[in-house]
Formats: sequence, C-alpha cells, structure tokens
Amino acid sequence: MNGLLNVIRRLGAMVVEGVWRIGFAARFFMLLLRHSGQSLMRIHLTVREIYFSGVLSLLIIVVSGLFVGMVLGLQGYETLQRYGSGDALGVLVSLSLTRELGPVVAGLLFASRAGLAVTAEIGLMKTTEQLDAMDMMAVNPIARVVAPRFWGGVISMPLLAALFSAMGVFGGWLIGVVFIGVDDGAFWSQMQAAVDFRFDIMNGVLKSFVFGATVALIAVFEGYDCTPTAEGLSRAITRTVVTSALAILALDFVLTSLMFRGQS
Amino acid sequence: MRRTTLDLWVGFFVVIGMAALMFLAFKVGNLGAANAGETYVVSGQFDNIGGLKARAPVKSAGVVVGRVSDIRFDTKSYRAVVTLTLDARYQFPRDTIATILTSGLLGEQYVGLEPGGDEAMLKTGDKLQITQSAVVLEKLIGQFMFDKAAEGSAPAN
Repeated sequence: MNGLLNVIRRLGAMVVEGVWRIGFAARFFMLLLRHSGQSLMRIHLTVREIYFSGVLSLLIIVVSGLFVGMVLGLQGYETLQRYGSGDALGVLVSLSLTRELGPVVAGLLFASRAGLAVTAEIGLMKTTEQLDAMDMMAVNPIARVVAPRFWGGVISMPLLAALFSAMGVFGGWLIGVVFIGVDDGAFWSQMQAAVDFRFDIMNGVLKSFVFGATVALIAVFEGYDCTPTAEGLSRAITRTVVTSALAILALDFVLTSLMFRGQS
Repeated sequence: MRRTTLDLWVGFFVVIGMAALMFLAFKVGNLGAANAGETYVVSGQFDNIGGLKARAPVKSAGVVVGRVSDIRFDTKSYRAVVTLTLDARYQFPRDTIATILTSGLLGEQYVGLEPGGDEAMLKTGDKLQITQSAVVLEKLIGQFMFDKAAEGSAPAN
C-alpha cells in the first residue's frame, strides 16, 4: 500500500516538475525575445555564434548529406527498377530529401553537433557562476549569452538543411546517373516536373526553420536551467539531445500532416 | 570594428547555404520553368475528373502550357469545376476543347487542350464550353465485358 502511494507520489512530482519546467521555459522564451533586439544590435555576438553552430557543422552536414543521398540512390533505384521506372529516381531522391530527410536529419545532426555544445557552454557558465557575475556587472546574461546563441542556431539551421538536401541530390545523382547509368536528362527533367518550389521546397525550408528554433531554444534553456553541478551539467546535455530528437520527430509528424496531407 | 577571419567564414557559410537553396529552387525545383511568367486563368466544368489533382499539368500537343490551379465541386450543376492557369505566351481560341487524359496506362492525369477555330482568344475569367471527362477504366472494362457478353449470347439465339 505504502509502495503504491510512493509510486503515485513520485509520478505526481514528475508531472508537477514537468509542467513547472514548461512554464519556466515559456517565460524564458518571452524574456529571450524581449532581449533579442538589444543583442541583435551587437550583431558580432550572433555572427560569432553562427560560426560555432553553423560553420563548424558544415563538414558533418555535407558528408552525411552526400551519403544519405547515395544510399537513397542505391535503394531507390533497386525498388523503382522492379516497376520499370528507374528514370523516376530523381523524383524519389529529391522529394524525400527536400520534404523530410533534409530538415529532419540535418536537425538531428545539428542538435547533437551544435545544440549540445551550446548547452555545455551555458551550463558551464552557470556552474562557474559566470552568469551571476554578469548580472552583478549589470550585463544581462540573457541578452549577452543566451539570445546570440539562440539566433545563431535559428539562422544556421535552414542553411544547413538546404545544404544537406542539395548534397543529397548530388549524391543521388552520383550513384544514379554516374554509376548505375540512369539517363541524365530523365533524372533532372522528371525531378523538375515533380518538385514544386513553393509546395515542396519552401515547406522543407519552413520545417528546417521550425526545427532550428526548437533545437536552439531547447539547447539554451537546458543550459540555463541546469543544476549547477558537474552531474547536473551532464544531465542537462543528455536532456538536450534526447528532447531535441524527440521534439524534431514529433514536430515533423505534425508539420507533415499539416502541410502535405490530402495533396498529391 | 575590425574585420576578422571569423566574419569571412560566416560569410562563406551564408553564401554556400544560399547557393544550396538556389540549387534546390532552380535545378531541383521548377522555379526556373515557365510558371514564373505572366499567366491567365480559365475554368471548365467536367462531368467526371477521374484522378485529376491540383497542380497537374495542362498540355497542348504534348507541351506543358499551364497547371491545374484549383478543383471544386459545383453544387448547382453537380459537376466538377476545374480552374486552369495558363502561360500567357500560349493563347488559345475560345472554342478550345479541354479533355482529361492519362499519360501512359497508369500514369498521372493531365488536362489536354485541343485548339478550335474561333477568331477570339481565351482570356482570364473565360469558361471552356466543350469539355470531355476522364476515361474511368472500371467503366470501360465493364462496358467491354457487357458488349462481349451480348456478342456471345447473340449467335446462340
């Protein structure tokens, strides 16, 4: 009886803790937006963060985009060819990349490459009381530290996702046209006939923008909210990766069902 | 404020990201194609549109001249109203016939335009008077079997 009560009590505490954190995150986000103007005035802070979260993620995005595209090319051709439509390989590769794989995989990579680093940085600043020190010097830590990292992520992510998709299409072309021998003209012309700029590509860009904002918000929040100990920091970093991945996949489902359901 | 190597890298990153977006827009997508120019909008009523979807191509003599921009159901006439957005470079006579066709046996459906002989040209807001519905394969097979059955039973009598 007592054990059962304990379980219920712990469950309740977890729920309350979760709701509390969501509320705090919402207030934190509002605060972040309010101080954004102030921090965007000093644009070099954001530029620096774009370097850390965007430029340093270039290599992993380019290489994985290429490989994902190459795998799509191989597997897609294998399946399409059974139905005698190997020429439609370009359509398959480009649609799956621009609509889904580009934003989602780039988002997951971005969360583990850049989001994690942001959490670690802010968390360590908090643990070593640098944030409090800034507050003492009348420097707002949200405007000075948090907002630039958030906007750096928001700006980097759509560019990275577009790069991922472009590299993927190139990888699919490499395998399909250069190695397997799908007709070059059919590959591109069928792709161009099937991919609509506003419908497919802009929706993909919108997705990557949403994912970028989500990952960046989770990363800065987990860092800002972490328990200021070594253990708390490591838990915050783990939470960033897990929560970002879950948020990206769940949001992707919601966005896809809003954008693409019942059409074509 | 001095320029730094970091600025160079960020600039490089933004340029390469934009280039990727341009590549997607023009090479992968259809932004470079005909639909960027001037267009005019006409509509037509069909008894049955089969599997026609919005954004399907409109072709004349096999050349894409526009897109299906909207499909609605008219509750007064109980027919489908299909709105076509056509490229302004291609003008068609007013008595043009619109037909719903299928590319290949199982391919996607599109609207085919057969030009008539009218002097006046179609313009925005016009309605296509003569239309031909989609061929529904099930109906065709049903009719074929019915004919066959009728044929088979005739000599027996």
